[in-house]
Amino acid sequence: MTGTETTYNVDRVRAQFPILNQEVHGRPLVYFDNAASSQKPTAVIEALREYYNHYHSNIHRGVHHLAQLATSAYEETRTKVKAHLNASAREEIIFTYGTTDGINLIAQSWGRKNITAGDLILISALEHHSNMVPWQIIAEEKGAQIKVIPLNDAGELDQEAYAELLQDEPKLVAFNHVSNALGTVNPAKAMTAAAKQTGATVVIDGAQAIPHLQVDVQDLDCDFYAFSGHKAYGPTGVGILYGKREVLEAMPPWRGGGEMISSVSYERSTYNDLPYKFEAGTPNIADGIALGVALDWMNGIGISAIAQHEHELTTYATEQMQAIDGMRFIGTAKEKAGVISFLVGDIHPYDLGTLLDQMGVAVRTGHHCTEPLMNRLGIPGTIRVSFGAYNTKHEIDRYIVALEQGVRMLS
Amino acid sequence: MSIEEKQQEVIEEFAFFDDWMQKYEHIIELGKELPLIDAASKDEDHLIKGCQSRVWLNAERSDDGNVIFTADSDAIITKGMIALMVRVLSGQRPEDIANADLHFVKEIGLHEHLSPTRSNGLVSMIKQMKFYGVAFQGTKQ
Repeated sequence: MTGTETTYNVDRVRAQFPILNQEVHGRPLVYFDNAASSQKPTAVIEALREYYNHYHSNIHRGVHHLAQLATSAYEETRTKVKAHLNASAREEIIFTYGTTDGINLIAQSWGRKNITAGDLILISALEHHSNMVPWQIIAEEKGAQIKVIPLNDAGELDQEAYAELLQDEPKLVAFNHVSNALGTVNPAKAMTAAAKQTGATVVIDGAQAIPHLQVDVQDLDCDFYAFSGHKAYGPTGVGILYGKREVLEAMPPWRGGGEMISSVSYERSTYNDLPYKFEAGTPNIADGIALGVALDWMNGIGISAIAQHEHELTTYATEQMQAIDGMRFIGTAKEKAGVISFLVGDIHPYDLGTLLDQMGVAVRTGHHCTEPLMNRLGIPGTIRVSFGAYNTKHEIDRYIVALEQGVRMLS
Repeated sequence: MSIEEKQQEVIEEFAFFDDWMQKYEHIIELGKELPLIDAASKDEDHLIKGCQSRVWLNAERSDDGNVIFTADSDAIITKGMIALMVRVLSGQRPEDIANADLHFVKEIGLHEHLSPTRSNGLVSMIKQMKFYGVAFQGTKQ
């Protein structure tokens, strides 16, 4: 252990993740697939257990004791998220099922109302399919056009090309804060400011940013910011869509049902106020409550401390990986967060991923739901290792041994 | 040799290996040895698209009406698994292929490669092989 690791007590963090203490194929598990989904600390698991054991009930309607306990715990998460993102009001925080759900909400509600024939939608070359396909659906429906902000060879968005594309006055600009495939951190604030100057509405996919960066939506000044709970030590099936109040207020509801109405007759309904207008039906109460616990957990350690730890792991792993013959890093942006994407010689990612798995190392292989990006880079996919708060240099050492072994077997 | 006899042969072959590494080294070796599919057959029509690796499969009838499979993949471990499937199923009668129970995969401890979550094209390839078996039944050649 180095000096810096004594200030960040990774053993204490790690001890809170029971799942990590197991063997896979007879070897201790090394979990390096955090960008796909992070593991959950005991506090989050206990919050779920506590909820179902002691105060499960439907929320917002019941007058009884349990309904009130459940409602206030659920709404407390909204307050925590508001603080965490530095949103200006609780009404700007909409519960969703995840990032994908949030982006679909924007496309189907804001997009249906505002996108018209001939409009331009600008997305980036780094986008996950979830920040691409919802726009393709609405563009096709409305006869709008999609253009793509290109990449440079390091895997960074070409800011000059972006400035030029903005001259075509897009109605909407959508990009991720951090790329899931390459780890590139995009200059979200500057990109938002530039888009705003041309009058565009700005959507940021924050799925990969929330576990690594302190996000301030007022400072970013974006119109929408979407993220998922499960990539940030929280449960699956719950996420958040932040939207500026005046933008959300002008949007029609998307899903209809209970909770989102204020009065209903057989002919027509009037809709509830924000944020409930966008939260039809009984929500994912337990996971919503646990999401708040996950944010508390992250903030308890400190996001900058976690980011610093992950940065050290990334640097340490990169140095050792460089020594491997044929190593090719995919994405070498100056600003990166917790991700190393790579190929070795002409070894297929699937083969290396399979052998790493046999040695207990969990990595992601393939196109990472960014098929157009992989086509642009001229590769079938990559192997991706991604780090979280609980990973250690010792695990990296074991991963390097496994990687060398795998490469040897496949060469 | 029947499909069952071929499966037994593979099981015996893998019984020699003490650990996963020898087993995978063998799979990789089989992948390298698999005769390449006819270049003309390595096209979109013969492609079975997995999310992780791609597989090409071609089926022809031999003079005696049995089915001859050739196949390829862009990933070497997938290709090794394919080599085993081809060895067990190629040259067999269509009805035997259609009804085959490929228990050897589990017995040699490689059934996780047939899990749909791996999305390597293998599951679809086996389905496709059996589909050929069904389609060729009752036809002469």
